[in-house]
Amino acid sequence: MNKPVNPTDLPLEDDGPLYVAQKKVYPQSVSGTFRRTKWGLMAFCLGVYYFLPFVRWNRGLGAPDQAVLVDLPNSRFYFFFIELWPQEVYYFTGLLIAAALTLFLMNAIGGRVWCGYLCPQTVWTDLFYAVERLIEGDRRERMRKDAAKGTMKMERFAELVLKHSIWLMIAWWTGGAWVLYFNDAPTLVKQLVTFQAPVIAYIWIAILTTTTYVLAGWMREQVCVYMCPWPRIQAALTDEWALNVTYKYDRGEQRTSLKKASELRALGEHVGDCIDCYQCVAVCPTGIDIRNGPQLDCIQCGLCIDACDTVMTKIGRETRLIGYDNDINIHRREAGKPPIYRLVRARTVVYALLIAGVGAIMLYALLTRTLLDINVLHDRNPVAVKLSDGSIRNAYTIRLLNKRGFDRVIAIDVDGPVNATIHVVGADSVTQERPMIVLGRDQTTELRLLVTAPAESNPEKSIPVHFHVTDIGLGEVASATDHFVAP
Amino acid sequence: MTEHGEFDHVSGRSTTGHEWDGIKELNTPLPRWWVITFYACIVWAIGYWIVYPAWPMLWSHTTGVLGYSSRADVAVELANLEKIRGDKMVTLGAAPLAEIEKDPGLLALARARGKTVFGDNCAPCHGSGGAGAKGYPNLNDDDWLWGGSLDQILQTIQFGARSGHAKTHESAMLAFGKEGVLKKDQIVTVANYVRSLSGLPTSPGYDATAGAKIFADNCTSCHGDNAKGNQELGAPNLTDKIWLYGSDEATLVETITNGRAGVMPAWVGRLDPPTIKALTVYVHSLGGGK
Repeated sequence: MNKPVNPTDLPLEDDGPLYVAQKKVYPQSVSGTFRRTKWGLMAFCLGVYYFLPFVRWNRGLGAPDQAVLVDLPNSRFYFFFIELWPQEVYYFTGLLIAAALTLFLMNAIGGRVWCGYLCPQTVWTDLFYAVERLIEGDRRERMRKDAAKGTMKMERFAELVLKHSIWLMIAWWTGGAWVLYFNDAPTLVKQLVTFQAPVIAYIWIAILTTTTYVLAGWMREQVCVYMCPWPRIQAALTDEWALNVTYKYDRGEQRTSLKKASELRALGEHVGDCIDCYQCVAVCPTGIDIRNGPQLDCIQCGLCIDACDTVMTKIGRETRLIGYDNDINIHRREAGKPPIYRLVRARTVVYALLIAGVGAIMLYALLTRTLLDINVLHDRNPVAVKLSDGSIRNAYTIRLLNKRGFDRVIAIDVDGPVNATIHVVGADSVTQERPMIVLGRDQTTELRLLVTAPAESNPEKSIPVHFHVTDIGLGEVASATDHFVAP
Repeated sequence: MTEHGEFDHVSGRSTTGHEWDGIKELNTPLPRWWVITFYACIVWAIGYWIVYPAWPMLWSHTTGVLGYSSRADVAVELANLEKIRGDKMVTLGAAPLAEIEKDPGLLALARARGKTVFGDNCAPCHGSGGAGAKGYPNLNDDDWLWGGSLDQILQTIQFGARSGHAKTHESAMLAFGKEGVLKKDQIVTVANYVRSLSGLPTSPGYDATAGAKIFADNCTSCHGDNAKGNQELGAPNLTDKIWLYGSDEATLVETITNGRAGVMPAWVGRLDPPTIKALTVYVHSLGGGK
């Protein structure tokens, strides 16, 4: 380049139209390590999702015995031995933070592990593909049948009806299982089959049936490529050490046909291992060519690794021409150095520590969770009342929380003005001048409490009052502080 | 290329053909999607006219084929609310007043219902928390004009005070000054005497004996010999620390001169019996109930 180029002389780049019609993907069946892993994880994830609502957990009489239950009418969340009240929603915040950090950690170690194996979109799409393959046949057959459009025979029509029926059934069960998390599962199943269930249950099933059917049956990889934010974020979060599904071009190039390769090898020339068989493309559920390098459309499910390994085994070359690797190792091999893997590095350590930290905080909060609590609200109008004998009375609304699964008797003590008398409106009994109250299990109790200071005590304008509630049986104590105000 | 108007060579687009001082307007039609949306809205509006109430007529309006009315929606919601409350309010209506405070469930219901009803009906005079105001009793204290037991409170809420209802509390304090029963200086003297009853300081030069005499001659028939009042007549206790209108001399003089006769409306007929019951328990539970 001796002469500067005039920009207007450059040829105009034409990337074609902004809109590209969707090219249908026909993933071929494949077998191997990653396919087996995916089957296993699919069975596990779907198994948990579909059957978890039926797991029972004894919480005693009168409490729901479903292990995992979101009880919206009573505003309780049950997870095995954990029961959360609405004001404890911060546990979910912690859970979400831990989940995000886990996603980042997975990414720092093995790229889009979530996308490839665990994401519901992947799991259900995989299941829908399996159904499609079972009914319509493998890649070539499906392509042939779709190409023969317009001359549809009865048999083909029956196939399509069968496929969509099974898809809809799976989708319906997906929605069906979802609503089971919000009500007693066996009861709701009974209601659902006898059409006695609440309308809202059917509405939610319909919504989730539609989304499952549309997302897993029709949109498939488009969800990952166009709708999902994670590929965009993931690209920004990754580093050069993260292992990704990689075509090792140092080994693969120059791509040469099998026959020509053996001829050239016989002559002692360097030839790449890739024989351009396109098996990696054929099995790809997002229809990309992994040999073009890391790309947004790649969900890193590893199926191309299985496909390539099969071919490599067949032609007697070393496997893992495609495998979990990174650019650093490709360059090292090119330079004749052995590959290195750094799973323990600042990024993974920090993520792991953060996860452990969040987990520890949540565990601590869970273990030290108060099961007896008191909130006090001072009457605002009037703040203080003068009685006929000149004594001063303050009224408080106290709200007591009993988070245990049984009724308990508590005593209320007030530590405030000198010689003050306390009275609880509707108190069951007064023993040793302590009002005693029965708190119903797993609920809040609101009481009106009156504190009266005698006239001669001449209370100051405002003095602190401490309220203590003591569980007579267990000795648990909860306290709150407010003020006693003179008019 | 150009359908009408001309072709503009600079922008490569057609013009509308309109020209102002040599400037021609480019032909920029509305986007197709916008036009379609616009027409769809018109079609939708026509459908709306048919289905929903829409056009004002002379004395009424078109009702629409669905017969929808937001007022009917409210009626349905209110009926549902009554249905939800139904059983509980029936139980409350049937329970004896004294039993309600002993049953935590009924007490909570009565207090919740009572508080709402109090806010809607009683708060304008008695204040949102029943703190009262000058002339309107504080319902939190233990001083009661007409009695602070559950039954007495129920009686007062039902029929009011000087409300005109046949069963209402009826009485009035005589306007001793206006009617000429007592002279100005006598009123000042007896006002000081009343202050002394609850231990308040008196004006210099006040004649205690005269005060006691005026009080005995004029006031004891209602307020009692010991000035402790009479709940039968709604005559307040003058020896305690609570004053409905105020305890300073000027206010007392005004009270004795013009008399007092506070009015409370009768609520029977306006509120249903279980609601009045709930209100009674609520007022009683504010703290001053006997």
